[in-house]
Amino acid sequence: MIALASVLHTLGDPWRDGIMQRALLEVVLLGLVGGALGCWIVLAELSYGAESLAHGMFPGLVLAALTGLPLLLGGAAGILVAALAVALAGRVPGIGRDNAVAVVVTTLFGLGVLLALSPDSPPGIEGLLFGDVLGTSAGDLVAGAALVAVVLATLWALHWRLLAVGFDRLSAGSLGASPLLADAVLLVLLALAVLVAVQGLGNLLVVAVLVAPSAAARLLARRLLPMMATAVAIAIVAGVAGLYLSYYVQVAAGAAIAGFMVLAYALARLAAAAAALRGAAAVASPAG
Amino acid sequence: MSVLVAARGLAVGYGAAPVLTGVDFTLSGGERIGVLGPNGGGKTTLFRALLGELRPLAGELTVAARCGTVPQTERSRLDFPVSALDVALMGTIAGRPWWKRPGRTERRRARAALGRVGLEELAERTFGELSGGQRQRVLVARALVQDAGIVLLDEPFTGLDSASAERLEALLGELAGEGRGVVIATHDVEQARAWDRVLCLNRRQVAFGAPGQTLTREVLAATYGGAIVTLPDGHGGEALALLPPHHCDHEHGA
Repeated sequence: MIALASVLHTLGDPWRDGIMQRALLEVVLLGLVGGALGCWIVLAELSYGAESLAHGMFPGLVLAALTGLPLLLGGAAGILVAALAVALAGRVPGIGRDNAVAVVVTTLFGLGVLLALSPDSPPGIEGLLFGDVLGTSAGDLVAGAALVAVVLATLWALHWRLLAVGFDRLSAGSLGASPLLADAVLLVLLALAVLVAVQGLGNLLVVAVLVAPSAAARLLARRLLPMMATAVAIAIVAGVAGLYLSYYVQVAAGAAIAGFMVLAYALARLAAAAAALRGAAAVASPAG
Repeated sequence: MSVLVAARGLAVGYGAAPVLTGVDFTLSGGERIGVLGPNGGGKTTLFRALLGELRPLAGELTVAARCGTVPQTERSRLDFPVSALDVALMGTIAGRPWWKRPGRTERRRARAALGRVGLEELAERTFGELSGGQRQRVLVARALVQDAGIVLLDEPFTGLDSASAERLEALLGELAGEGRGVVIATHDVEQARAWDRVLCLNRRQVAFGAPGQTLTREVLAATYGGAIVTLPDGHGGEALALLPPHHCDHEHGA
């Protein structure tokens, strides 16, 4: 009984604190948006785009921190500038799209670092890089919840069009699903998700929640809706585990969360490999 | 039978320069047309024009019914997490406002279409796990769900075993029997002889008409260039054969 009480105390203790309660809600929001949208990002092979947007928006975040504007506003402006710069650079002949994106993103990120290291920088600017899930305010939660609701509602409504485009781009048009529209919608939703997630995980780790849980779920689920549910569950469990670790071992919460998400992917990979081995053994020695 | 497609002096292409010219043919309900030609001869371009994705650069093209397309299944993502029923349900997208999801009526229609192509019991199977012939039939079911009056098939017999090919052939016959127009791009000249009309393309229209009169050696030579040889048919006569087509339509990049 005493042991059980002590376990319950260990599990319950972190959540007495307002900071941890808000962090928990933030982690749930991150899991919802990262898991659901992440599945489309993984299936549409947009992971590199997600990473690029997250890094390219960095100067916007730094400027917001320096001027005291809301991070959400700075992040949104940063994403717009990054998206425009990527679109323009992609049109320069002879570079190639990937190279253009890499050049733009590195330039913007470097610019952000320059700004962040200026002598007037307020303390705590590293929170922009690595996130500060424990610093989530009630206002952040409300704004985050609104953005998450927009992302989930859009995914719900456009599910079949996105599905038709993802399945076969070339014939999607004849079914009434425009590939251009689907691409644009996914990019806008990606920008919104990055805005939500950058608060908790920071500029460098945000891509973890958008890619790792969904990539893990891809190995475990055979249909899209179960895949999304699995990804959301993995993201939330990893988020809560990261918060526990950070509470009891005093490690950075964002890094702990990202670490657990990658661990979940590694475990899913192992489970998939084991299932494949069992399948191969069943084929090699059929019963009866 | 009603005329579903009428092309008059049609030229189509991707920029200002046409890649296919001089196309003159009609497709009536109940007809199967085989579209013959080498890779790059304009079969895909013609399909895109019929789907309304390319506008005529010259001439006229009238398409009087909805076109459903049955693409080559290697082109779709076989690792995509969708069932056969999901794929058939994609045929309901155009008939619905964008914010609505498929309801019970649409699911019933999709299941009925899968039943029509003999795949009702495989409705929940992952699309990529079906055989090549079954995948083709799922895509035909999708065209049925779209209520397509014209069904466009791109090399549907490629890679099918003979049983699957016969089954698909019978299904195409049924579609035509219902008054639909069926257009089949193919490399197989002998197979096309069984259909109602053949349309031979090699960057221009070489010939159009009933296969018996149209598929002469001269027409085939003009359609396929040098890639045609004469073989003895074993009955003291001769048969025409095509050298294997060069597949140079790999997709580049991601």
